[in-house]
Amino acid sequence: MSTTKYSVEHEWVALDGDIATVGITKFAQEQLGDVVFVELPEVGAQVAQGGDAGVVESVKAASEVYSPLTGEVVEINEDLETAPELVNSDPDGEGWFFKIRVEDMSEYEDLMSADDYAKFCKEQD
Amino acid sequence: MTNNQKNETVQDETADAPEPKTTPLTDLHSDMGAKLVEFAGYQMPVQFPLGVLKEHLATREDAGLFDVSHMGQAWLTGANAALALEALVPGELQGLEPGQQRYTQLLNDEGGILDDLMVTRSDGIFGPEGLFLVVNAACKEQDFAHIAAHMPDDVTLEPIEDRALIAFQGPKAASLLAGLVPDIDTMPFMSMRHGIISGVSCLISRSGYTGEDGYEISLPEGDATSITSQLLTLSGVEAVGLGARDSLRLEAGLCLYGHDIDTTTSPIEAGLLWSIGKRRRIEGGFPGAERVQREIAEGPSRRRVGLRPDGRAPAREGTKILDMDGNPIGVITSGGFSPTLGGPIAMGYVETGFHTAGTKIQLFLRGKTLPAEICKMPFVPQRYYRG
Repeated sequence: MSTTKYSVEHEWVALDGDIATVGITKFAQEQLGDVVFVELPEVGAQVAQGGDAGVVESVKAASEVYSPLTGEVVEINEDLETAPELVNSDPDGEGWFFKIRVEDMSEYEDLMSADDYAKFCKEQD
Repeated sequence: MTNNQKNETVQDETADAPEPKTTPLTDLHSDMGAKLVEFAGYQMPVQFPLGVLKEHLATREDAGLFDVSHMGQAWLTGANAALALEALVPGELQGLEPGQQRYTQLLNDEGGILDDLMVTRSDGIFGPEGLFLVVNAACKEQDFAHIAAHMPDDVTLEPIEDRALIAFQGPKAASLLAGLVPDIDTMPFMSMRHGIISGVSCLISRSGYTGEDGYEISLPEGDATSITSQLLTLSGVEAVGLGARDSLRLEAGLCLYGHDIDTTTSPIEAGLLWSIGKRRRIEGGFPGAERVQREIAEGPSRRRVGLRPDGRAPAREGTKILDMDGNPIGVITSGGFSPTLGGPIAMGYVETGFHTAGTKIQLFLRGKTLPAEICKMPFVPQRYYRG
């Protein structure tokens, strides 16, 4: 079973073995508004913690997606190409972005817990 | 996740910026749960809980209500107001009938656009002898100073500080407003008249910034909340924020000042020749007339065009436009996602020769080229009232 942790860039990370599933949080999608386009990295791409990993666009604006962890992208959510609205309707589930094979578990350990992330959002709001 | 590209219509707050001003409707927006942002020095709703997409579609399908009280309203009084203002704009104003409204631009000496504005002849219909002006919020102080400095002694600019301005837009706006103001549904497009809504004296024009039929209503600030609340109770009417105001005007192919037009662009480059009367084209007599007349005769070197990017990725303001060989030919000035069409749309400037609808071009987006095509505007047919 996986535990979900959170980044300061408002991504959630669910770990299963050495595979991390990444998406944006409910808070993030609310801030963005209606998502109309998601650009994801290619499968096989190497992403670095804090490095560019895509773009999510609402009607209003474009926002960069930064990878919360370093590793190889092993799978992307192809449904988002035709149904970007899944990011709004189910950010924690069907609206996931990509999966990474994690290289350094300490990066994951250093992410925020659900409680810490809730406090973090409260400060931002 | 970081917002790296500014919202089309929303500027960033800075730490030492003065406290944003409010409109007579700011408290109502807060009570309704709007997301407020600073725009042109005002605290404005960028979206309501419904969200940009649904607010946009509600305006296209039924009716949307917008607070545009941040915009500048003014009277320009005096029998010679139209003649005097013609010295600053290329629009035909002397020919305006009382109550008739026109779109024009304040030009600088180089023929660049200082602002765009709506001008209505008020005399004897609903206001003092002269003109009623509505200018952009971000430009209003410099516009009013500029106009005031150039008027003769018998013409006076009087900024209006005590009135709100709301826009009521969409295919159902006319029939809904006619339930409150008799015969308002047959008033001509681009005209203004006096009307009483629930006992409140309003100036109502049939115009807007969405491409839909609709009205802009100027009303006393103390009555703004009650009238707005009343309009919002009508069936199908939704409160709409600046986010959808921007996507609606983009679909309608309408320019946003500071983005699609500015002090470097001429009205001819911007495709606004239609707003320059025949007499003015010949006679000139406005700032930058030399450039405007030359561009009318010879054609401008660049032109504002519509663009449809292939695929789904929106191309935003600042995106470079390339020809098929990769040479730079222009830049996008407004771009985003069209809720009505379900895909990306944009407008921008390209070198003359690449401006014909159907021309294939490329956009340089995040290090990659993306195919796109020049297209006719508006992207969504305008549905103004034509009687």
